[in-house]
Amino acid sequence: MAEQKKSNLAVLKNGLLNENPTFIQLLGMCPTLAVTTSVANAIGMGLSATFVLACSNLAVSLIRKIVPDKIRIATYVIVIAAFVSVVDMLLKAYLPALSASLGMFIPLIVVNCIILARAESFASKNKALPSVFDGIGMGLGFTCALTILGTVREILGNGTFLGLSLFGAAYKPAIIFILPPGAFLVLGSLIALLNLIRDKRKEAGK
Amino acid sequence: MSMENNNKLLVSYAPHLRGEDSIAKTMGNVVFALIPALVGAVYFFGFRALILTLVTVLSCVLSEYIWDRLTKKENTITDLSAVVTGVLLSFCLPVTLPLYMAAIGGVFAIIIVKMFFGGVGQNIVNPALAARAFLLASWPVDMTRFVAPFSRLSLFGANADVVSGATPLAVVKGAEDAVAASYTDLFFGNVAGCIGEVSALLLLIGGAYLLIRRIITPVIPLVYIATVGLFGWMFGGEGLFAGDFIYHILSGGVILAGFFMATDYVTSPMTAWGAAVYAFGAGLITGVIRIFGGYPEGATYGILVMNIVTPLIDKAIKPRVFGKGRKAVAK
Repeated sequence: MAEQKKSNLAVLKNGLLNENPTFIQLLGMCPTLAVTTSVANAIGMGLSATFVLACSNLAVSLIRKIVPDKIRIATYVIVIAAFVSVVDMLLKAYLPALSASLGMFIPLIVVNCIILARAESFASKNKALPSVFDGIGMGLGFTCALTILGTVREILGNGTFLGLSLFGAAYKPAIIFILPPGAFLVLGSLIALLNLIRDKRKEAGK
Repeated sequence: MSMENNNKLLVSYAPHLRGEDSIAKTMGNVVFALIPALVGAVYFFGFRALILTLVTVLSCVLSEYIWDRLTKKENTITDLSAVVTGVLLSFCLPVTLPLYMAAIGGVFAIIIVKMFFGGVGQNIVNPALAARAFLLASWPVDMTRFVAPFSRLSLFGANADVVSGATPLAVVKGAEDAVAASYTDLFFGNVAGCIGEVSALLLLIGGAYLLIRRIITPVIPLVYIATVGLFGWMFGGEGLFAGDFIYHILSGGVILAGFFMATDYVTSPMTAWGAAVYAFGAGLITGVIRIFGGYPEGATYGILVMNIVTPLIDKAIKPRVFGKGRKAVAK
């Protein structure tokens, strides 16, 4: 595994930029599209997933040698579900408003493919510390992507940023951006933009 | 290119004989065919209708020009397809729509629906209809503020306080203030609605011109309009087969959509049978939305959905290969 030789910082950067789970790997599309109607939702979702990712990566890495190969996915799901329950209960207790607006999507982190993918492709093959860094990197990459999406969608679709009105009452927001089609439009455009930047950089590098 | 001046033996791919047709010529004909309806729009809704059309056309053409410049592509605005998109977009907008929204619609149609997918001939859905759907989802209140013909409107300013008029299709949905329009009013266009959809007569004149010049074939308009009418007749009344066939055909955007939007070369099937399937599907969805759905008019979504299905239809129904029998293709 080439990944094992990387430093922890490189692993972190990998999740944030090079292999960003949302913009590059296109994983976890369901929460990405569904909860980014506002910046607050996006950050809440992203940080919850980051916590679960870091913890489940650590746990999976620690038990990687004793889990039989045939039942590894089931084991990972149980580990992930345990941490998701923790997040779900914490949110319900301390941030009930956020918990209500994220609704079903917090329990659904259990089946979020980013988390399962990192458990399977990284944590089950690496030592504990790099796995935690990988979880944090991927989680922050996910959080950044959601926040960018949420910012664009909230400003265009609601005229606000984190609930603060930006343009005054005369501004008529384009409601489509907080509806499902707006999620696809913004995500597609952002990925196109990032690919453009990457292509330009590659050309410049040559 | 200087190919012609070259005396060397030239080897090139087919086609070796080229017709006189070009995108610009076809699109020019479409624009010409839309003029009667545009004149009608100005007659019924005043010069604001013309301003609205100019705004969408300018917005579409400028978007395409700027995109071509930014991406360092060949300038494609002279093929007039952006003009057609602009005119068609304005035709399915209410006259009271704020002009900046119309301009945003034009940018969306060209940049997101057309250029993002590769420009002329590459778009997967009709740009004008997609932009209408975008505007309707973005600003539902402004997109459904219809006025009765001959209302006094501010040319450039907001028209938020004008008396709204129920469209003929609001009757189908059972709106309280809606009164069914007479066939004559529907035929000539003396009803509330989007600026280019009201007059069946003027649209039919344009449609007939396109048919005579063989820009379009009659399959799509006929099948589409007949399907909407039949569906309205079957399910549009109290009990089965009690609906008003003619009312369903003449009201809303069916004629505009059937002749000018569903027939877009890029997003409709290549074979006649494919076109029939496509038009039937679009008509069916239009009818279902009109009678059972939440929106009063379903022409936009009917055609957009079938636009997306078009590649599948073309895959299923292929043209007969020249020199082969029909049976050989069936295998």
